[in-house]
Amino acid sequence: MRQIAFYGKGGIGKSTTSQNTLAQLSTKFGQDVMIVGCDPKADSTRLILNTKVQDTVLHLAAAKGTVEDLELEDVLRTGYGDIKCVESGGPEPGVGCAGRGIITSINFLEEQGAYEGRDFVSYDVLGDVVCGGFAMPIRENKAQEIYIVCSGEMMAMYAANNIARGVLKYANTGGVRLGGLICNSRNTDREDELIMELARRLNTQMIHFVPRDNIVQHAELRKMTVAQYAPDHPQAKEYEILAEKILHNDKLTIPTPIEMEELEELLLDFGIIEDDETKIKKLEEAEASKK
Amino acid sequence: MTKKVEIKDHNTLFQSEKYQQQVENKREFENPCTLQEVEEVKEYTKTEEYKDKNFAREGLTINPAKACQPLGAVLAGLGFEGTLPFVHGSQGCVAYFRSHFSRHFKEPVPASSSSMTEDSAVFGGMRNLVEGLGNSASLYKPKMIAMSTTCMAEVIGDDLQAFIETARQEGNISEDFPVPFANTPSFVGSHITGYDSMMKSILSYLFEKEPGEIDKTEKINLIPGFETYTGNIVELKKILSLMGVEYTVLGDHSDNLDSPANGEYELYYGGTKLEDVPKAAGAKATFNLQKYPLKKTAKYIEEKWEQPVINGPYPIGIEKTDAFIKKVAEITGKEIPQALKDERGRVIDAFTDSHAYLHGKRVAIAGDPDIVLGLISFCLEVGIEPVHIVCTNGDKEFEVEAYALLKASPYGIDGKVYTGKDLWHLRSLLLTDPVDFAIGSTFMKFNAKDADIPLVRVGFPIFDRHHLHRYPIIGYQGALNLLTSMVNTILEELDKDAPGHSFDVVR
Repeated sequence: MRQIAFYGKGGIGKSTTSQNTLAQLSTKFGQDVMIVGCDPKADSTRLILNTKVQDTVLHLAAAKGTVEDLELEDVLRTGYGDIKCVESGGPEPGVGCAGRGIITSINFLEEQGAYEGRDFVSYDVLGDVVCGGFAMPIRENKAQEIYIVCSGEMMAMYAANNIARGVLKYANTGGVRLGGLICNSRNTDREDELIMELARRLNTQMIHFVPRDNIVQHAELRKMTVAQYAPDHPQAKEYEILAEKILHNDKLTIPTPIEMEELEELLLDFGIIEDDETKIKKLEEAEASKK
Repeated sequence: MTKKVEIKDHNTLFQSEKYQQQVENKREFENPCTLQEVEEVKEYTKTEEYKDKNFAREGLTINPAKACQPLGAVLAGLGFEGTLPFVHGSQGCVAYFRSHFSRHFKEPVPASSSSMTEDSAVFGGMRNLVEGLGNSASLYKPKMIAMSTTCMAEVIGDDLQAFIETARQEGNISEDFPVPFANTPSFVGSHITGYDSMMKSILSYLFEKEPGEIDKTEKINLIPGFETYTGNIVELKKILSLMGVEYTVLGDHSDNLDSPANGEYELYYGGTKLEDVPKAAGAKATFNLQKYPLKKTAKYIEEKWEQPVINGPYPIGIEKTDAFIKKVAEITGKEIPQALKDERGRVIDAFTDSHAYLHGKRVAIAGDPDIVLGLISFCLEVGIEPVHIVCTNGDKEFEVEAYALLKASPYGIDGKVYTGKDLWHLRSLLLTDPVDFAIGSTFMKFNAKDADIPLVRVGFPIFDRHHLHRYPIIGYQGALNLLTSMVNTILEELDKDAPGHSFDVVR
């Protein structure tokens, strides 16, 4: 069994990319896949199940009083491509401890033997690894391969570098490795070159460049993956290639995160950000033209 | 001769005028209701109406008959040679585990803490753990450190494995120094869950440390479980020696918690030898003396050591002791010796001697699952009727087992089992549906006093009577000890209540 995890900046398309890819992994390559949603919003399995999950582990545990009274079948759902889905869920915003919620859920799944017989278990974790609980999926004996979803814009790359830093922290004492960057294209200039360069500096690979296509949004609006909504569309093929690359990925590395200055230089080189003098000049020109 | 020092007695001291006046003065601020009101409420708590309210109670637990997970983990650690239990969390928790055991066993209990503070709650407890491991290893020179956690470390999600690995990389402990660890958050389970997790971790750690072929042996393994009677472990060894059985006790904390006073204090006494654990994997079978504190451990042994595991019964009373001894004989092929048969016969004889006084007596029982099941079985054997049975940390499986026992005997028909309930629930039961006496830990003495019934102290913790843990309650000898304390408690009551004409010399 392989345990993988998708990380990346919030809103970058982690859940969309992971579900589309895992749908291909299951239907085209016959893998027995399970998704563990580790986001209190519980939207990591929506496209596979064609609906938003109401019965999250923590929601039901709260209703029953204790997680010990839960049975696996209460929370395990089967969706498109026979993919098993569980959402951890979490407390209302502003109260309780979502991090502990993730620990509770993952322990529950392991104790109930939810992982037995699976080929792939995939964790979908929200944006930032803000505390020990959100790092649970990359602990020893949990996810061994981390995929970072990013795009050619500053904050996404900044987040990717930070996640690489988190992986490095755990890679030294355990077996977790970086599997690669997935570029979820925003159609910016030289995006592929930029992410490949970032990947090189982080001692990893850009495992795949997923082009931007509206079909993904069309499918998503119908709570589906492209694999289900438009299986013959070229975009489905892109996810299939990514799935195949993950299946045969042999480039699992200990990342070498870079310093903030180096990242900024990289962004300057590619014209993603401008140096301070250029910015001031542009600002002055803009103000002058208003007068 | 020097003059005898006069020490005022605690009971009478606080009855003196000075202290009584203090109580009166404080009442104005602390408890400003009249004595009459106090009496009225006290009477109200004895009614059926209050009982119903009490049982409808949610979100509040009063005196649960259980303790927290790391307490069990510490006991598991104490069962191994030269092992220091180390608890990752705040100091107060560990002080509680040590004092709890010290008050019960009347022995010092070594255990160290990573002393987490507010800072470590915010930034993670890694530094505390890494440095705590280093300090513990160099100051107390253990052969192994058995690590468990408190609630704080669990809530913030500290990763023990990664932290221990860091301690190795930084040289605080050597590469091959054994540190089995268990996550033991107390907001789930109880001390028996913690015992299970730690025991499983220690056995798997020591076994998997040196991979290789398992050499089959003729021995059997015994795991005591959350055993708070050192006398029980001694009794167990006696039975096996009489049978000529070769065995390994996994988690033998009997020496650590019953060390001799010979002028020298040592940190570690006895315990299972670390090198005996991998060898135990080749044994014919493992006997888990208690079933409920060893569920995960049992599963591990069955799967990884590929040997049969016999889960219980905890051999309290004749029937369960018979079952245990027969099973040992069956697996090892050893005969049951005449000495044991004679011992059994003598205890049966004692049962019949006391039977007239025990028959039909109604009793309330509270405690851990295995001990409660054993006590039910024992009571039914001697004609005592278990009526109220409270097991705070009992699960559904326990409930089924308990009812099966009760239903199999005419003495069990009135028995009702309450899992997840606490001792305040039990108080209501004792006051609305009285029984003749209660069996349980020291914490039940308040209930017993309110209900004006005697308490036979069996289980954990026993803080207010001495040396009971040295006397076994398992095996035939244990059945005799239980019989003696129960029948004599009843005879004591009989004498206390007897009018002059019935105050007999012979009972």
